[in-house]
Amino acid sequence: MKICVDLNKCQDHGQCVIAAPDAFAFGDDGKLTWVTEPDERLRQDVEDAADVCPEQAITLED
Amino acid sequence: MSRQVVIVGASMGGLRAAEQLRAAGWDGGITVVGAEPHLPYNRPPLSKEVLAGQATDPAEAHAALAFRRRASLDDVDWRLGVPAVSADLERRAVGLADGTTLSYDGLVVASGLRPRRLPMPEPSRGRHVLRTVGDAVGLRAELTPGARVVVVGAGFIGCEVAATARRLGCDVTVVEPAGVPMGRVLGDELGLLVQGRHEAEGVRFRLGRVVAALHGGERVTDVELDDGTVLRASVVVEAVGSYANVEWLQGTGLDLSDGLLCDNLMRVEGRPDVVAVGDVARFPNPRFDTTARRVEHWCMPTETARRAARTLAAHLAAETVDEQQFTPLPTFWSDQFDLRLQSFGAPALADRVEVLEGVLSAPSDLAKGVAVGYRRGAALVGVVTVNLPARSPHYRKLVDTGVAVPA
Repeated sequence: MKICVDLNKCQDHGQCVIAAPDAFAFGDDGKLTWVTEPDERLRQDVEDAADVCPEQAITLED
Repeated sequence: MSRQVVIVGASMGGLRAAEQLRAAGWDGGITVVGAEPHLPYNRPPLSKEVLAGQATDPAEAHAALAFRRRASLDDVDWRLGVPAVSADLERRAVGLADGTTLSYDGLVVASGLRPRRLPMPEPSRGRHVLRTVGDAVGLRAELTPGARVVVVGAGFIGCEVAATARRLGCDVTVVEPAGVPMGRVLGDELGLLVQGRHEAEGVRFRLGRVVAALHGGERVTDVELDDGTVLRASVVVEAVGSYANVEWLQGTGLDLSDGLLCDNLMRVEGRPDVVAVGDVARFPNPRFDTTARRVEHWCMPTETARRAARTLAAHLAAETVDEQQFTPLPTFWSDQFDLRLQSFGAPALADRVEVLEGVLSAPSDLAKGVAVGYRRGAALVGVVTVNLPARSPHYRKLVDTGVAVPA
């Protein structure tokens, strides 16, 4: 599983950080960071994060 | 014929219901009925990116907004552009506008809302609402520099449209019967400062006023208020709330007094084969109290679909429905000029507010970051942040733990 975030769409709403805190976080500069290839056990959380992204900026690739 | 779930509503709620039914193990047929001709798409950008964007036809705008479709939905039967017009819950059938009848084993009501209009039928041209991608593209074409825009309603949609129109160079006036924009949700202190931010950008407000008459020939030219003021207008945006789309359920005996009443598991009373999803659903959230409410937030279709799908899939599989309390935490956001507002919980339920972070004394304070807490009694029922996105997980957690959930 690979996480892709379209940074042209991302507006730092932070909903993904709430849905999948083990995969997404805000860095010290306030910008979004994420684990590119998270553990498979995080799949449900990451799917949820993609669903709740207001800008629909997150996609998953297998 | 295989067993069928019919989902009425092909917006986000209908989409999420279909996805979550598959996730809950439903392997029968799924038919999704939608009044609009489009596959499900994301609506929040309509008042912002689409209004400020370049798309000139709905299909082009829709292409940028369509939700991804999961492989689990490849066999879903989409009936788009054909609204449901009737339901027979005894015979388990839904009637569509084209005369088709769909039989179901399970029914998901996700038929959503439509905008209220001002009660004046004429003039008809130059008047807009904002709900669909077609609405947004139609309004965008008229938001030309110098256009005189009157936005009726200072809720979140009205204020977002006002900000976008002003940024496009329009002359913008907002008319609102209440004394403070977005005051019902934000409270007076924060609402007044957001108003001040709008005014600094040149948006005018006529608060405590209602529209008494619209003037013009075929096309609107003037808006008359109840104090006799006349505002020149080439564009009128009606952002005065919405109606639940429940007419197709009339005659079924269901409680349709404000959306569709259901229980905490999103089931309709006495109808275990009918569930409701999204902003048409009026359900109690024990996180706050026992009152059933509709919640018109973007997060609700996803949250309610998950719960409703589990309830319906278990019923259809003749399994026991897990009765774990459903206590979603409402969230929404709004972008207006350089302000990003984010709300967690239900600030509208509060009886007092307190500043949790930053300063709340002048409109210019907002851009620097402010967090406002909303309390009902001792309980923290909501937090609204302005320009503090990286702090949003923290404040969400605060609200999540600050509201007592009955055991």
